[in-house]
Formats: sequence, C-alpha cells, structure tokens
Amino acid sequence: MKHLLLASLVAAVPLTTYAQDKPAELKIGVATFLTGPASVFGVPARAAAEQIVEDMNADGGIGGVPVRLSFIDEGAGAEALTTEYRRLVETEKVDAMLAAISSGSCVTLAPLAEDLEVLNLMWDCGTQQIFEQDEYKYVFRTQANATPEMLATVAYLLKTRPDFKTLAVVNQDYAWGRDSWEIFSTALKAMKPDVEIVGEFFPKFGAADFSTEISRLQALQPDVILSTSWGGDLDTFVQQAAQRGLMNTSLFVLPLAESSLERLGSTLPAGHIVGARGDHYFLHPEFRDDPELKAFVEEFREKTGAYPIYSVFHMVQALAALEAAYDKAIEANGGAWPSEDQLVAAFEGLEFQGYGRPVTIREDNQGIEAQLLGTTVQGGEYPFATMENVMIFDGAGITTPIGEESVEWVGGLGPDFVESVKVDTFEN
Amino acid sequence: MNFVTVLLATFDGIAYAALVFIVAVGLTLIFGVMRIVNVAHGSLYAIGAYLTASLTAAILAAGLPPYLGFPVMLVAAVVIGVVIGGPMEWLLLRRIYDKPEVLQLLVTFAVFMILEDVQRLVWGTQPYFQSAALQSLGMVQVFGVNYTVYQLIVLPLAAIVLLVGLRYFLRRTLVGKLILATTEDREAAQAIGINADRVFLLTFVVGAALAGLGGALAQPTTSVLPGIGADMIVLSFAVVATAGLGQIEGAAVAALLIGLGRSFAVYLWPEAAVLVPYIIMVLVLMVRPEGLFGSPAARKI
Repeated sequence: MKHLLLASLVAAVPLTTYAQDKPAELKIGVATFLTGPASVFGVPARAAAEQIVEDMNADGGIGGVPVRLSFIDEGAGAEALTTEYRRLVETEKVDAMLAAISSGSCVTLAPLAEDLEVLNLMWDCGTQQIFEQDEYKYVFRTQANATPEMLATVAYLLKTRPDFKTLAVVNQDYAWGRDSWEIFSTALKAMKPDVEIVGEFFPKFGAADFSTEISRLQALQPDVILSTSWGGDLDTFVQQAAQRGLMNTSLFVLPLAESSLERLGSTLPAGHIVGARGDHYFLHPEFRDDPELKAFVEEFREKTGAYPIYSVFHMVQALAALEAAYDKAIEANGGAWPSEDQLVAAFEGLEFQGYGRPVTIREDNQGIEAQLLGTTVQGGEYPFATMENVMIFDGAGITTPIGEESVEWVGGLGPDFVESVKVDTFEN
Repeated sequence: MNFVTVLLATFDGIAYAALVFIVAVGLTLIFGVMRIVNVAHGSLYAIGAYLTASLTAAILAAGLPPYLGFPVMLVAAVVIGVVIGGPMEWLLLRRIYDKPEVLQLLVTFAVFMILEDVQRLVWGTQPYFQSAALQSLGMVQVFGVNYTVYQLIVLPLAAIVLLVGLRYFLRRTLVGKLILATTEDREAAQAIGINADRVFLLTFVVGAALAGLGGALAQPTTSVLPGIGADMIVLSFAVVATAGLGQIEGAAVAALLIGLGRSFAVYLWPEAAVLVPYIIMVLVLMVRPEGLFGSPAARKI
C-alpha cells in the first residue's frame, strides 16, 4: 500500500515539490446499512452525509478540495462488505473511510483498515471492545461507545427513580442486546445492590411478536422494564406493550428510543425514559435555538420528510471530525496539503463539534462524547413524544479509563458514583 | 408454573399459531397441488402487510372509521392473489413444472429477491405501524393480564374459519374436488377432461392470497419493515416440514405445536424460545422424516 501510494504520488506530483499538491477531490467511502432492518439508521445517515457534503462543496469543500462520497452496504453481509471495503481503498483509492453502524462490521473492518493503512472513522458502532483489546493507528471513533451510553442510562434512572425494586429486560438476541445488558446490569448491581432482576428476555433479532413476553411481564409486574432494542423491534415492542396497558404499570427505559420517537407518534406515553446514544437531539436544550442546527433540521426534513435521529447526528460528527482534522493538519503543515500520516497525527487530541457539545478524541482513539437522556412528554407542538427533564452527562467521567476493561471497571463503581457524575439538567 | 401462567402461555401460543398457520397453509396448499416450494411466499406475506398498512392509513386519512381496516385486509389478500400470484403462475411457474426441483427453487427464490427490492422501492426502509383497526376492538382482561381482543379472539377465529372453509372447499365443492383430483393424478385428471392448467392457476392464486392474508392479519400487531418476508418463509417452512408437505390439517397441528412450544419456552426457558420451533422440527423429522402427517409415497392434500 505504501509503495502504491508513493507511486501514485510520483505520478501526480512533480518531484521537485516538497509539500503535496491539493488533490482534485477528496474521496470518502462510507459503510452504512442501505438494506435490512438497520437501514432505519443507515438510510437517513446516507441522506445526511449527502446533504452535508453538498453544503461543504458549495463552500469549496474541505481545505478547498471538493469531497466525493461512495457508499457501500453493510446489509450485504460481512464478506461482501470487506470485499467492497477493499475495492474502495485499493481501487478507488479513497482518502478516508467512515465505517460502520454495526458493531460486527466495526470488529471486522477495524483490523482491515489497519492492514490497508487507511484512515477509518467508526462513526456509529457501539461496541466498547475494539480499543480496549487492541491499539490502532488508523482507526478512530467519533462518538461514545456502549459503556458511557449504558452508564448514563443507569445514572439517569437512579437519579430520577431512586426507589425502584425490580427490573426486567427485553433485549434483542444478538451482540448489542447481550453486551449492553452486561454493562447495564453490572453497573446497576454495583450502584444499587438491592435491585432484583425478575426477568431476562432475549427475543430473536427482528422478532415480529412480543405477546408472550408482554403477558409474562404483566404477570411479573416489574417496576422498571429496560430495552436497548431499536428500529422495527423497538417499535413493535412499544406498540404491543402500549396496546396492552403494560406501559401504564411499569416504567420503560429505552436508551435508543430517540430514533423511534417520530415513528411511534402518540403511542409512546409520557413518563418513560429515552436516550439518544450520545449528546444530540433535534431539540437539544443547549442548541435548539442555534440557527445552524435549525437550518440543518429544516433542510433534512425537506429532503427526507423526517426529523434527524441519532445516526444522522453521528454522521454529522464523523464528517465534522474529518474536516477538523484536515484543517488542523493543513495548519500544522504550514498551509500545504497534509500527507496521510500528518492527517492521522492530527486526530490525536482533536476537538470537533457536530450539533451537540464538542467531542474530543482521547489517546486511545476513543471519542469522549456527552450523553443525553430525557423523559417522554406528549402533547407538545409535535405529533409525537418529545423529551423533558433532559440530563446531559459529561462524557469524561462515564467513559472507561484508558487501559481498563469496561465490564470490570463498571463493576467496581460504588453507589456514590451516581452523585459524583457531572450532569446538567434542563426541565424541557 | 401454576394454572394461570399455563393458561396465559396457551393464549399467547394460540394467537401466534393462528398467524403462522394462515401463512403456512398457503405454502402447503401450493406444494400439495403443484409440488413447488414457493420461496416468494414470504414476499407475498410482506406485501400483504405493507398493502394493508397503506390502505388502512388511507382510510383513516379520508376520515373513515378504523373498523374498515378489516375488510381492507381481505381486499389486500385478493389483490395479492390476483395481481401478483396470477401472473407469477401464468408467466413463470407454468414453464418450469417439469424442470428439476433445484431450478424451481431457484426461480421462486429469484422472484422473492425481486419482490424484496420492489418493496423497498415502493415502501422504503422505515418501519410502518398501523394498529387503528386492532385498537378499535379494545382489550379483555384475563387474570389481571390484558390481551387485545384482536389477538385473543379474532386471530384464532380467522384461523379456524380458514381451516374449516378450506376443508369444505376441497372436499365438498366441485372446484375443490377438481383440485384434489388433479393433485392425485394430473394425467388421469386431464384424461377425463379437467383443465389442469386452470386448476394450477387457481390453486396458486388462492395460495398467494393466503400469504397476503397472513401478512394483512399480522400487520396490526407488528412493524412492517424489510426482512419480515424472509423470517416468515423460514418459520412457515418449518411448520410445513413438521406437518408433512401438502398437509393442511397437519399444518394446523404443527403451527399449534410450534406456537405453544414457543410461548411455554418464554415462561420456562426464555433462552431457548428462539430455538423451539426448529427443535420441534428436528425432533419430528428425526422420528418421521416425512413429517407428522406426511406419507412417503401418496400425494394428498
């Protein structure tokens, strides 16, 4: 790859030039779900990427170079995805990859990016394991991971409902459902040892029917029901639970439900806890009057007919990170176009901002992102639930320290952790 | 498990079995008569669900009452049978009846893939949920647990009506007898003047409409999104294989077995709930490779 790069440089650049000339265009590959159930995240994120790049290019692109996007489908399966990834890097010679949504895809692609020596931003996947298990040079994550997401959820629950006794979980039966439950339950038991787990259900990924689980939950009557499900699974679960009155008797904690609010409409009752996998929301209490966010939301709605959800904001963050890194590298290089190594170096300690609070890249390449959760309220100016009693948790205190393993670290936290977390509360 | 939980698990199992049966019976009917495993059955199920969701939404948008969602389900089923099932048999399957099974399977699989993309083209990738019809029926409370009337009464009733109706149609009506005769021996049936082509077309249209009806009936309870067709074809194939290919009453028993097995597993061993349908299938096929009610040689429906 190195000599390939060198060869192409030799071809493109006269030998006497020391600094690299600006390329004609900046090629970015994006792995996202265009098919399958996770296209509820992937397709809006693609629309966002196209919208942002269009706006970027209208302003001259990144560092004066227009950006061109190529999309590959994560829904095609791991083998097709790696083949396409290689094709983009080796044949199309993309300058950077944004990959991916699924943790499974990230686990496969991160080592591949390292082998191919291509800059890879993990723009949406949640697994906390990648940087805890290995060191990477070319791979960065431009948002938080499962650990801060789950810790913030536990903290929000304990801050708002400290007295609950029993909890049941209904998660999808695949890596995310299992891993998020491991972190959540470990943290919960560490911070509130007297809580009783009365039911653990892992229905099939993509299950169309939760009737039996709901009957059983009605018989069990847990105080709190957690579900980290998303997409059609979450919609179905909430709809069926609401139809049968379960949402009137138990508190639902739904850390990914920000992405389902608009689709669920008036079905999701008031008073349940929802999260957004990070600090972003189209009604973010700190930025909702910011003209940039407003304009973005309007343009996105015009294009897609829907309000932006967290995967859209994660895409915004990844592109913001890329732009910030290029700007930083160009400046460090005295205004000349940076080499790949210079670009990668710029990511160390990089600070960038999407439409939430600023995110920083830590030494282990993990992004430190704040977490936003709230409680649903109906009957506002939107025909679907919005959030009130919003809490934004500072990312640094709830992200696993470098060198520690998440589940172990979370298990060592005590009941006083909830009080020590840095948080800002907004009534609506 | 006490009496109440047994009862609750039974209700859930029956409601689930009813839906699975309605889809599986179409698959098994087509196989019984035409000897074709129609993989595209899953797509017809999905399109039935999509169509019902869209039509119901249109009805509500027009200010009409939500109970009109029920006749819409029948409309959707008939549309699927006639508009998709009819041309599919007439233009495609008719040409491959005497070809090897592998080819038949590949052709229906190709149709499945094409229809999956058609769904994405027409309805996009966002989940649809439209439960106005279901909610218009309200809830019943059994031992402190709420059930929707739709799930507890309408779905099982629909399955029973379908089972009895299909039996009556095949055994008591002329067209039904023609279908049975063609199934028994196609050449002999043609020799006595039965138009086998027309029988095949009719069977396929009915089978396809049943897939659409399954989707239409499932729609108010679940999110309609890409991929539901694939899930359903796998599950209903498990039912059909457990029952024995071509067995209509058998499909009812197998669906009930799988539905109850799954719901009891949620109470007793939730970890295995996903596996239960397939465990039942494997156990049955190990003891009776031709399925619960299948007979190795004779063709019957």
